[in-house]
Amino acid sequence: MSTLELDRGRPAEAKLRVIDCDIHPAMNAWTEVHPYLAKKWIEHLTVYGSHLRHAFSEALTHPRMSPDAARVDAYPDEGGPPGSSLTLMRSQHLDPNGVAFGMLIPLRWNPGSQRNLDFGVALTQAMNTWQVERWVKNEPRLRASILIAQEDTVGSVAEIEARASDRNFTQVLVLPRTDEPLGRRRYWPIFEAAARNNLPIAVHVGGTNGHPSTGGGMPSYYMEEHHAVAQTMQSVLSSLVFEGVFERFPTLRVVIMEGGLGWIPSFSARMDKHWSRLRSEVPHLKRSPSEYVRERVWFTTQPMEEPGRASQLIDLFDRIGWDRLLFSTDYPHWDFDDPRYAFKAPLSEAQRTQLLYGNAQAFYGIG
Amino acid sequence: MVAGRPSADIDHPATYASAVDCDLHPALPGMHVLLPYLDDYWREMVSVRALDRLNLSLTSYPQNAPLSCRPDWKPDGAAKPGASLEAMQRHVLDRYQPRFGILNCLYGAQVMHSEDMAGVFCRATNDWIRDEWLGRDPRLRASIVIPAHNTELAVAEIERRADDPRFVQVLMLVSGEVTLGRRQLWPIYQAAERLGLPIGVHAGSAYRYAPTAVGWPSYFVEDYVAQSSAFENQLQSLISEGVFAKFPGLKLVAIESGLTWLSGFIWRADKTWKGVRAEVPWVTRAPSEIIRDHVRFTVQPIDAPDELAAIMRLIEHLESDELFLFSTDYPHWQFDGDRALPSGLSEALRQKILYGNALATYPRLAKAFGATEVNA
Repeated sequence: MSTLELDRGRPAEAKLRVIDCDIHPAMNAWTEVHPYLAKKWIEHLTVYGSHLRHAFSEALTHPRMSPDAARVDAYPDEGGPPGSSLTLMRSQHLDPNGVAFGMLIPLRWNPGSQRNLDFGVALTQAMNTWQVERWVKNEPRLRASILIAQEDTVGSVAEIEARASDRNFTQVLVLPRTDEPLGRRRYWPIFEAAARNNLPIAVHVGGTNGHPSTGGGMPSYYMEEHHAVAQTMQSVLSSLVFEGVFERFPTLRVVIMEGGLGWIPSFSARMDKHWSRLRSEVPHLKRSPSEYVRERVWFTTQPMEEPGRASQLIDLFDRIGWDRLLFSTDYPHWDFDDPRYAFKAPLSEAQRTQLLYGNAQAFYGIG
Repeated sequence: MVAGRPSADIDHPATYASAVDCDLHPALPGMHVLLPYLDDYWREMVSVRALDRLNLSLTSYPQNAPLSCRPDWKPDGAAKPGASLEAMQRHVLDRYQPRFGILNCLYGAQVMHSEDMAGVFCRATNDWIRDEWLGRDPRLRASIVIPAHNTELAVAEIERRADDPRFVQVLMLVSGEVTLGRRQLWPIYQAAERLGLPIGVHAGSAYRYAPTAVGWPSYFVEDYVAQSSAFENQLQSLISEGVFAKFPGLKLVAIESGLTWLSGFIWRADKTWKGVRAEVPWVTRAPSEIIRDHVRFTVQPIDAPDELAAIMRLIEHLESDELFLFSTDYPHWQFDGDRALPSGLSEALRQKILYGNALATYPRLAKAFGATEVNA
């Protein structure tokens, strides 16, 4: 590593150049997507609304510790939920934080978790158009993600193909709580379409599939539910690796979003250790699990780990691979990471630039 | 903390003498061995329903799968690995000469849906362990097998064994019917604390739910890998619900949990707690501190290729060398030859892992150890 330096006392704003890989845009009202929905689905939305494998279809059974899981300062003056105002997003985040590009990750409605598959597909189509019309066309720094209703593979592939040539979209977005582990073959047509169009698969925390959020039952507290998203991502990664997805689709790239970082090297080593004993069960793997992870999987950085010592964070990045870390803020959510303060370790200027900008630039081929 | 002379040749069985082996698996050959311990009604049920023809080996360990038994420990013929005391003596007890070995019996008794059946079979399993294992080798100790899904029956079974000092721990599976912190389980923890019994939480699932939050994986290897995720979730449950605040004397031993995930766990858990602790006001200390005080881990499997580096890194991250307890996980295949611990540990650390930490964890072992020292 090159010389390390602390960045105290420097005017950081002037130097900030950031690609934020996790921004959550919101709607003021459901009616915002009406222009992009067929009449029958507008009626369906009005009459029935969302229908999930969940006690509430419009609320969470582990309520967050802040309204909308948002920063308290992220509510627009003109009303509407956090993330709904482009003006505020610009003045509060994009401009002061030097965001050169921002990846939109819309979470409303869980289209991929809708029990009515046709409705889910219709929602993804509408929300994809909404991202472009409402956001990207008005703010050239933003990029859209192709939402899919992954349980309907045919509908998902059609939507990927419909958007693939549109440069406003950078990736295919799936929420990890799928009906079956994401590596299972029912989802392979999605990977095939993504790989064919050179679109990465982004897996962002979320979704409802009716399974408890742990293998030992439902947790009681949000503190547990929040922790468990990391274990969910571990299961997604394990499934993609052991099902042979990376072997079958040798150009497929995956980015795990908001799943934490601290577990990655130990989990890779754990997969290797068990694979070395049980490889006869998965003869379709030609290489060790950690090799697939190291070469084919990227990770967004928020929420940044905060080990006891700065050297432990550097060691963690060394073991994950510095080139696999994509900076993200999670704007406008409560656990937002500020690009100035997120890394509690001395980074060289080159390392900082790589994490905040360079890796995502290379990954998405933008800028 | 870990300075000092490097230890003696770790490949030699003699270097393990006086250890406490915290994870030995005796295999219950079949329900017929439980019949003498059942009352008339249950003997009739076994007969009428032909329960003794059922194979109640847990899904997690197919008898012939590579992890289930080390190749050179495989018994002849159709016998279950771990079913023979003589084999366990030959492979572990006489070879390494541990001072104590703790038996964790993973027969199907504790996972039956019928709480009555589970309770009766757990009780009979404990009777069988007492007679066929504890009674035949004075080095052996055992965990109490309980029907955790019926707290009343579980507490009764714990109390039934409490006067026998050879039962040193209460055994639960990491994935059962409810998350382990839930208050309906607290009478079990209360009894365990009162009687000086740590709660041993062993890898494995009653499969009431899919083993992951994303559903059922295809392969055994995924289920095994997922065990560390299950332990993370359960530690977070125990901490969040306030189990260790309510029972300050309670110790929990994670058995076959793997180790290396602990660094990421404490970082994430501490940070999350700082952000949302208002939800759980009884959690007044950081999760990493709670773990250092209350939770211990058996060392096999060490889930990293470079085992020494993994252990030393963990000790640095966790700021403690008191968390790890020696285990062979016999007859499961976790290590080869006589290298049950990585070489290169300092002598002081090796002694802590081999027996010091275990004696500090299990009050009943410490007492027995004191007695043997006095008599020696």
